[in-house]
Amino acid sequence: MKTDDLIALLAQDAPLTARLGDRLRLGVLAALLLAGLLFGAAIGVRPDLGAAMASDRFLFKFVVTIALTVSAGILVFRIGRPGVPLRVPAWWLLSPLVLAVAAALAELLAVPSDAWGARMIGENASHCLTMIPLLSIVPLACLLHALRYGAPERPGLAGAVAGLFASGIAATLYASSCTDDSPLFILLWYPMAIALVTVAGWLAGRRLLQW
Amino acid sequence: MGLMTNVEREEEWDRWMRAAIAGDNRAYHRFLTALTPHLRTIARRRCSQLGLPPSEAEDVVQEVLLAIHLKRSSWDPARPLRPWISAIVRNKLVDILRRRGRHIDVPLEDVVAVLESEGRADSTDRIDVEHILSRLGDPQRTIVHSISIEGTSVRETAARLKMTEVAVRVSLHRALKSLATFYRSENA
Repeated sequence: MKTDDLIALLAQDAPLTARLGDRLRLGVLAALLLAGLLFGAAIGVRPDLGAAMASDRFLFKFVVTIALTVSAGILVFRIGRPGVPLRVPAWWLLSPLVLAVAAALAELLAVPSDAWGARMIGENASHCLTMIPLLSIVPLACLLHALRYGAPERPGLAGAVAGLFASGIAATLYASSCTDDSPLFILLWYPMAIALVTVAGWLAGRRLLQW
Repeated sequence: MGLMTNVEREEEWDRWMRAAIAGDNRAYHRFLTALTPHLRTIARRRCSQLGLPPSEAEDVVQEVLLAIHLKRSSWDPARPLRPWISAIVRNKLVDILRRRGRHIDVPLEDVVAVLESEGRADSTDRIDVEHILSRLGDPQRTIVHSISIEGTSVRETAARLKMTEVAVRVSLHRALKSLATFYRSENA
């Protein structure tokens, strides 16, 4: 085929039916809705939610998980677009970690050292390690599907960012059901669950987001 | 060439691409025709640098064109087109040459520079891609042949094949995706 013939061919396929931005907005909406529905139906918020709302430790969990969701979300909307710089927004990914570390240090100061272990190990560690990844599956699928309309320079990295965003949604939902509120618990177990999802996203991205 | 012409051309490309996305076939044809000589210059330079025959360069051009086409959904019309094109071309070039077993660093600035220069490289015909076309099933092959070789429009092709225009469009789009996949597997 001559290149001119190929151009004639491409020109006839000019109209664009799906744009990345629209797909991503739709994907995020679907991810939030479906994960929320699944959470409401299968897990649900903790019974003492009203009382927990008065606890700084409980509320701070959401500061951390929402920081993760928002910083990863900003990247999700950029990473599929060639030529759009990523470096500066990528630094924001450190914000949830910095927040969690700072809160954990404050906790170490506020709580006597013989209580550190119990607070860190908590009561729901295995629940945390299974629920966050399980709640992430559907949001991750929604985002990967949307990112297929993008052209990420590093498909694995794009998948990993989608994994961070999906686990941010999942961790936010899960935090409202979990009764372990200590920042020590958050800093130990949440990153493990999030790392699992991120690696899954990386592997899936390498396969699904090649172009 | 002065700065103005360059800026003007950049704006012209943006305009063409916006019109194309909205469904203007002719604007898209103009855009791709204007872009191709630049792609050819870039591809030839890299191929000769790597000791690949110049005929390979035309394959590279076609594969890059397909990538631009299939990934145009990732361009944000609120942003200028040139940085997007440069990044796509650079990434695709590195990817294509890696599949041919050549590791090469393509600085983004080089791609930008060629896109900004006056491209005048003429086409060399590639005929052995015909066998790639033969791997398409029907009606995709007939549609591709009719539009590319005979130069008919989607509407004419639809009438001739007694298909709806939508069906021809869907089929054409699938064929283009398949072509990109074939290219990728050819040199895997």
